[in-house]
Amino acid sequence: MNMLKITDLYAKVEGKDILKGINLTVNQGEIHAIMGPNGSGKSTLANVLVGNTNFEVTHGTVTFNGKDLLAMSADVRAKEGLFLSFQYPVEIPGVSMVNFLKTAVNEHRKYRNQPPLSAGDFLKLMREKKAMVHLDSQLTNRSVNEGFSGGEKKKNEIFQMAMLEPTLAILDETDSGLDIDALRIVSNGVNLLKTPNNATILITHYQRLLDYIVPDFVHVLYEGRIVKSAGKELALELEEKGYDWIKKELGE
Amino acid sequence: MEDQNKLLHEVTGRDYRFGFVTDIETDTIVKGLNEQVVRIISAKKDEPEWMLEFRLKSYRRWLTMKMPDWAQLKIPEINYQDIIFYAAPKEQAKYESLNEVDPELLRTFEKLGIPLEEQKMLSGVAVDAVIDSVSVKTTFKETLAERGIIFCSFSEAVKHHPDLIQQYLGMAVPYNDNYFAALNSAVFSDGSFVYIPKGTRCPMELSTYFRINAQNTGQFERTLIIADDDSYVSYLEGCTAPMRDENQLHAAVVEIIALDRAEVKYSTVQNWYPGDKNGKGGIFNFVTKRGICKGISSKILWNQVETGSAITWKYPSCILIGDNSIAEFNSVALTNNYQQADTGTKMIHIGKNTKSSIVSKGISAGHSSNSYRGLVRVAPKAENSRNYSQCDSLLLGDTCGAHTFPYIEVANSSSVIEHEATTSKIGEDQIFYCNQRGISTEDAIGMIVNGYAREVINKLPMEFAVEAQKLLQISLEGSVG
Repeated sequence: MNMLKITDLYAKVEGKDILKGINLTVNQGEIHAIMGPNGSGKSTLANVLVGNTNFEVTHGTVTFNGKDLLAMSADVRAKEGLFLSFQYPVEIPGVSMVNFLKTAVNEHRKYRNQPPLSAGDFLKLMREKKAMVHLDSQLTNRSVNEGFSGGEKKKNEIFQMAMLEPTLAILDETDSGLDIDALRIVSNGVNLLKTPNNATILITHYQRLLDYIVPDFVHVLYEGRIVKSAGKELALELEEKGYDWIKKELGE
Repeated sequence: MEDQNKLLHEVTGRDYRFGFVTDIETDTIVKGLNEQVVRIISAKKDEPEWMLEFRLKSYRRWLTMKMPDWAQLKIPEINYQDIIFYAAPKEQAKYESLNEVDPELLRTFEKLGIPLEEQKMLSGVAVDAVIDSVSVKTTFKETLAERGIIFCSFSEAVKHHPDLIQQYLGMAVPYNDNYFAALNSAVFSDGSFVYIPKGTRCPMELSTYFRINAQNTGQFERTLIIADDDSYVSYLEGCTAPMRDENQLHAAVVEIIALDRAEVKYSTVQNWYPGDKNGKGGIFNFVTKRGICKGISSKILWNQVETGSAITWKYPSCILIGDNSIAEFNSVALTNNYQQADTGTKMIHIGKNTKSSIVSKGISAGHSSNSYRGLVRVAPKAENSRNYSQCDSLLLGDTCGAHTFPYIEVANSSSVIEHEATTSKIGEDQIFYCNQRGISTEDAIGMIVNGYAREVINKLPMEFAVEAQKLLQISLEGSVG
């Protein structure tokens, strides 16, 4: 069974058609990179998958581990194992990271009929995962993302991913705004979290991320459709030649 | 966007959880208000002549006054001849143990989650439980008495401490202060009296649970707190009222007097029945609360979390007379469905080097209207006085309203006044972020609202803070057990 199967997916935002017939299959243990010029629909695809209600699906189906993903609310999709590392993580003043994550982790556990973690076990888990992404210890005492630098916000996303252990993680331009050291740390984190049972979708503009996280497949998204799919060498070709040759191939 | 609003309306449109009626026989007098009724109330309480005179003076003054109409509230006409002005539980005997207390009463406390036994054993809080108008049970009295602290019902204080009552009654809230204060002064039923002697730190939080119970009963509590030189007390007031269809009038008066270097912290969690989803029923809460920082370097703090009542008209205020005195007002006011709140504070600076701070957090949901109204006045001789005000409003959905009416009057050029105000909508991106981490919209809203109000909630005593957090969540969702 495919982990994720997207069939002929159409979606619009604010009345405008953005996705125009996406087909994509992701299996356990795979890493997929989705690249494409600005405005091609990459972030829309990510948002549609995780259930952002500002995006309206007008046609098509998505199954996740055999279940109808589009029928689930956003929080249920998360608890089914879908995770999005946000491009622009939002700040939630007054809500501490610890409180936020404890609630999130225990909601996941409740969904799987597991008892909530004790305070001690939770803190232990947090320490362990913080070390994995080299997240400054003090940050978890602050409010969610409040006053975090751009790099800290992205590290914090991967830290949350480590805490929640999703089956499918979507990283939406996690590399943008990172300096080379932070990029290395974030990538290492993602690689450490990789298992034969989970999968990752990387949305990125740049080849440089793919030096650290090596994809099995690279897809080019253009005007709401996947117009080209190949192995990791496609990313290098895109880096070298840009997107114009693909547009030419498409006869534009 | 529309979906988000729909969702917000769904989760904020739930029912009140504390709706139930306790069957206790009550001793009531006939409906309506006239001089005879005032005399009957006084007689039933076996009051001295001077107390009756105070009531009559207030009643006659009230007759000449008009209901205030300046608030951002739509108040239906109140028929004072249709209200019962006195109700007391029939069993008036004083109990030695809980076994003697009407079991029905105990069950009420249990439903509210405040079993007296547990309170006594675990929390170290002395509970003066007020059901309807007369104190039924007072605990921890002996511990307090050892230190010379007086904590009793107002009626008892009139009998046993007439000198203190006569000296301080009406000092912070004169009988003719306003329409509702005059009404209260005429017909007040009971309430609490606290006196902390010189140099004494009250060893426990003092707490009173108020509850409206008998049908058609106006509730007119009267509380007086006196902190003598170099003393400290923290007082907690919390309310939950049973579900009712008719509107019920609640016009309380609270007076606080802080003498030299005394500190009084007064915390309220208010959860009167707010009416149903369609705005039917609910309590009218017209309260006059005022403290006087009478002594030098005295300090009064008002902390409040307001989630209940159909209509709230309430401005806990401070008059800073003593030089170097300090006053704080920290408030969270949440309105949902068709609730209306016009609440805030007055800080009147009279003494030199006086300091006040105001932190007001309004939260509006449903079709409610939530207003902050505050006055900061600096008298000519209040040199070097300071005020800091912060008024934030948070809107949930697009059918509610938030208003801010700050008044600033400064007559002294060496004073510094700061005012900050913000209005924000609860971010759907914040809710979605929580959703994506597996947190339901309901829980996310509770979490975000509590985060927004944290600054004020942190000022509450620990056990109250927990209760307040739950209350904010419940008031918005109605479903969490």
